Amino acid sequence: MELRTEPFVLNMGPQHPSTHGVFRMRVTYDGEVVMDLEPMFGYLHRGIEKLAETRTYTQFIPLTDRLAYLSSMTNNHAYVLAVEKLAGITVPERAEYIRVIMDEMMRISSHLMAVGFFLNDLGCSVFTPLLYMYREREKLLDLFEMVCGQRLTYNYMRIGGVSHDLPEEFMPALKQFVAEMPSYIEEYEALLAENEILLARTKGVGILPRELAINASVSGPVLRASGVKWDIRKVDPYSVYDRFEFDIPTGEVGDNYDRYRVRIMEMQQSLRILRQAIEQLPEGEVCAKVPQFLRPPKGEAYGRIEGPQGELGFYIVSDNSIAPYRLHIRPPTLINLTALRDMIRGWKLADAIATFGSIDICLGEVDR
Amino acid sequence: MSFWPLDNYWAHFAVFATVILAFVVIGVMAFIYVERRGFGPFQLRRGPNRAGPFGVLQPIADAIKVLLKEDIVPAGADRAVHFLAPVVVFLPVLLIFAVVPFHGKLGGLIPNLNIGILYVVAVSALGVVGLFMAGWGSNNKYSLISAMRVVAAMISYEMPLVLSIIGVVVIVGSLSMNDIVTGHQVPFFLLTPLGFLIFLASSMAEINRGPFDLLEADSEIVAGFHIEYSGMKFAMFYLAEYGHALAMSAIAATVFLKGWVGPADDYLGGLWFVAKTLLIFVLLIWFRITFPRLRIDQLMGFAWKFLFPAALINLLVIGIEEVAFDGDIPWWVLFINFAVAGGLILAWSKLFKLGGGRVEVAV
Repeated sequence: MELRTEPFVLNMGPQHPSTHGVFRMRVTYDGEVVMDLEPMFGYLHRGIEKLAETRTYTQFIPLTDRLAYLSSMTNNHAYVLAVEKLAGITVPERAEYIRVIMDEMMRISSHLMAVGFFLNDLGCSVFTPLLYMYREREKLLDLFEMVCGQRLTYNYMRIGGVSHDLPEEFMPALKQFVAEMPSYIEEYEALLAENEILLARTKGVGILPRELAINASVSGPVLRASGVKWDIRKVDPYSVYDRFEFDIPTGEVGDNYDRYRVRIMEMQQSLRILRQAIEQLPEGEVCAKVPQFLRPPKGEAYGRIEGPQGELGFYIVSDNSIAPYRLHIRPPTLINLTALRDMIRGWKLADAIATFGSIDICLGEVDR
Repeated sequence: MSFWPLDNYWAHFAVFATVILAFVVIGVMAFIYVERRGFGPFQLRRGPNRAGPFGVLQPIADAIKVLLKEDIVPAGADRAVHFLAPVVVFLPVLLIFAVVPFHGKLGGLIPNLNIGILYVVAVSALGVVGLFMAGWGSNNKYSLISAMRVVAAMISYEMPLVLSIIGVVVIVGSLSMNDIVTGHQVPFFLLTPLGFLIFLASSMAEINRGPFDLLEADSEIVAGFHIEYSGMKFAMFYLAEYGHALAMSAIAATVFLKGWVGPADDYLGGLWFVAKTLLIFVLLIWFRITFPRLRIDQLMGFAWKFLFPAALINLLVIGIEEVAFDGDIPWWVLFINFAVAGGLILAWSKLFKLGGGRVEVAV
């Protein structure tokens, strides 16, 4: 008797523990093997781009916090950068340094979460690695709270600078964090980097080839894991990034392991930038004089930064009124997700989840 | 002991049936507490500490919550199978304890059953039927994937499990649990270290914990076979899962750690047994919260390409020793066995890599 098998379709999500929110994958399986995959977006769509058209330029800043809510600071930065470009505002030097410090702290915090959730998706049963990552993130959140009173949606940056100067107790606490963090990263390395099961589950799995990564216009750690040395902080320096020395860590194959490694190494580079920024931090104003109802001249501008997940860009068209005529966001994770199908096909169910986790998406940003 | 009323068969039966039920239910609650509380320090947090002193009442609060929940049967479920599955899963767990000797003199329900360990292996394999019933009867794709995984995994891991026990049986020359406990002056986890490790690994797979918890892989197939269960039926599964862990720890303690034997075991035999069971269980918790999960093909590969040959070699070595020493293995043989175990594990870790797994699919 011949055994007849047929593929079946499984809707993973929007209610699924590993979809990082309300993402939905329509997956065709042959037994455990993924034959086809169709990502479906839009369950968290809030029309943020449209909302921008009914708000003044300053009023829109809190909404950018709600994009990728694990990297609110960098979202703020990308937006204010675009507006400053549009209106031709120069930012005081101290404010630029504070922004860089915030960005790098945010990058460490976001990468901690990315690595933690990735390991969780791999099935480190009951959140153990994730809770280790939370330990350090908690310290960062305390620092953010000192600066702006918030732990998740910071709303700290303003057009022309930042909302307040750093409080007195901030710098000692930050210095202490920067001094302690390397030992924690070493701890992760000791626990994870050579773990046999981790290697078996991630090495060679979910490969994103270099050419495909470039053609799919993937960015951020996912691109760098595929071996492309592309970091907007280097290739198109914004703020004061051209004054710091740091390396761009890259992977070799573009598998899940490389994506995990690149994130760990980027945390170390962020610490390096933080150290230099602490030393060089000048005194002075933290915000330029900007009118309350900003009316940028007619025109358009695109401001982009290297966010924790990739190139985050804001494209703004102004008609010389107090609100943007049109605002478009380039969400890095949405574009990174388009490569998902090619990364996962042919692998097993468990790999599909792990590879998806290795992209580090945030649905607030994907669906906007 | 003439004053002891248990010479009467029915009295003996009634007493030990009660003891087993109480032991399983209380043991499971204690295990749940130990696990949830024990997770805390491992994960840099405190664990439950609100219900009662040190949170000891937490399992009771959990049980009450679960029992009061609404019982839902999904539309399209096979109602009879869906209903029976939790019972079929839970029953073997209780049956295993029938042959476990709790105490040297007082024993257990039937600790001298002459096919004791064979009975344990046979009965514990029954649970897989219930798990498959749950997976099939729920009319849910996640459950079905889980059911397929559990059948594949259970059948694969039964082999090394049985072979590792056979090593002990060859030395002892008896299948009875009581004989195994008193079979050799050296505990078997020292005398047959490879057998103990294989038993531990395959029993982790058997009770679906640790890095082998594929059938309820929460990040992949949500909760696996019990995704559609709630209320009392879910409680049965929960009880069965921890009961099975308890049973496997008890078997490991009996077979490999000399069960109730210890200083003053005339009086404290039962306590020694419980302490050793708990030790094994803590070990299982430790594995569970430390390691990431294997993938299904790696899980099968691990069973057939590593554990199975290793178990065969272990059995071969024990057999040779048994013949060489004419059925009376001296204690220093454990050094040879440790060397064999170390050499084998090293060789395999160099030669054998988990990995691969990609399948070409047509566009």
